[in-house]
Amino acid sequence: MKNATLPPLTFLREPGAAPDPAGLAEVQDIVRACMQCGTCTASCPNAHAMDLTPRRMWRMLLFGLFEEVFQSRTFWLCSACYTCTLRCPRGLPLTAAMAALKRLAAAGDDAANRKKALFYQEFMRNVEKNGRVQETGLMFHYFLAMRDPLLPLEYTPLGLKLLRKGKLHFGGGGQRGALAPLFGKVREMEARP
Amino acid sequence: MKYAYYPGCSLETSAMEYDVSCRRSLERLGAELADIPGWTCCGASAVEPVSRLLTFALPARNLALAERETAGLDLLVPCSACYLNHLRVGRECAADRALPGRINEALSVEGLHYAGKTRVRHLLDVLSADVGAEAVAAAVRRPLEGLTVAPYYGCQALRPYPLFDDPEHPRSMTPLIEALGATVLPWDLGGHCCGASLMATKKEAALVSVAAILAGAEGADAIVTVCPMCQMNLEAYQREALKAGGHGNPVSVLYLTQLLGLAFGLSEESVLLHKNLAVTGALTDKLRACAAAEA
Ligand code: SF4
Ligand code: SF4
Repeated sequence: MKNATLPPLTFLREPGAAPDPAGLAEVQDIVRACMQCGTCTASCPNAHAMDLTPRRMWRMLLFGLFEEVFQSRTFWLCSACYTCTLRCPRGLPLTAAMAALKRLAAAGDDAANRKKALFYQEFMRNVEKNGRVQETGLMFHYFLAMRDPLLPLEYTPLGLKLLRKGKLHFGGGGQRGALAPLFGKVREMEARP
Repeated sequence: MKYAYYPGCSLETSAMEYDVSCRRSLERLGAELADIPGWTCCGASAVEPVSRLLTFALPARNLALAERETAGLDLLVPCSACYLNHLRVGRECAADRALPGRINEALSVEGLHYAGKTRVRHLLDVLSADVGAEAVAAAVRRPLEGLTVAPYYGCQALRPYPLFDDPEHPRSMTPLIEALGATVLPWDLGGHCCGASLMATKKEAALVSVAAILAGAEGADAIVTVCPMCQMNLEAYQREALKAGGHGNPVSVLYLTQLLGLAFGLSEESVLLHKNLAVTGALTDKLRACAAAEA
């Protein structure tokens, strides 16, 4: 049922390996100038659901406590609202750091983290195949990939609402395949050492 | 006024009412739109957690097409996530000297080239800076008297690049809504995150944000949005969020362009109001009273 004709959507060096040291160093560099003021934590709309506050997580990263950071759910809870990036008195691009942690965790050997990355992976797989996102196919493949029989039920009311409004499309868009060359090239470029 | 137009994937499907009302209300305002032939997905908010290079290469592909096909025109983008993705390419290229070369190496597989010549504009920027409240007022045929509206800006139209509004106290919608004859609800949640794609990955956390926004909109006949993701989170998950939050009342959620269209005299069908997932009877009663007053 999976998109058998497509190469696996990994932009990862080696799926299942420990987080890339160069990538970790890059995230450390992003937050190197953090002065621990806590503005990011105070600004974050999702801090209530995080186990580590963003401020604390930056400090742990700088101390090299990578395992603890990748065990936490903090960076998965970033909704890219950019409030912390806007307000950080040091002008650090913290939203980009959160995204970089998601990429590193997806490439790491932790199965739970790899599963949390599936939504984004399935989304991009859908884009690669269709050129434009096909929301129906996206949710279908996401549910399959998650292997959680209860998950589809959670989103059934939404699906029904959209169906009733004539907003679910099962066909392909006019740009099917248009992005295959670009994805292929980027995959090749990112695989270079 | 002529713009290159990037609707983005949502506006083709689940947010078709945004696309249609955007095209129709802009037409009333004398703005012309040129579609970019062959545009593709910009990666939305899913691409950055997957690949850094693709984060820039996907929107750069559309910008390269715009440079070739609609040269000289600003690119008008109604979706805030698409807007940020396209805007960010130029910003990051200015900061990272190696990036333009890498982007163009990737685009070379299709013989495309990105030079960074296109100015990326959010629909709200165009409405408030290029069109202006005066021209909006002049297009009104059916003033929305008696309607109280909560302007919801969301995140990515304002942050991290505050180009046309104050990101801490956004107010660019206020003169536009007042030009329609409606009243603006004073509230401070207009820039509070709706949870965005957390609604798919961590629903409980996103519902907390939606519940807070809905509670803050108490007293408004409608919340208006300028982003399909915000719109979806506020309308499709409204009932769940109200239940999770424990208070607040159902409220209508419309795209800003639907409100413009209605005030310009377009019919409810013409702005696809029947496609919205949260429209209360109280709102349609008021809208029909406005229409009756005009007749
Ligand atoms: S706002 Fe900036 S300086 Fe302050 S704790 Fe957060 S990252 Fe550090
Ligand atoms: S960008 Fe992410 S981490 Fe920063 S405040 Fe927003 S949700 Fe929190």
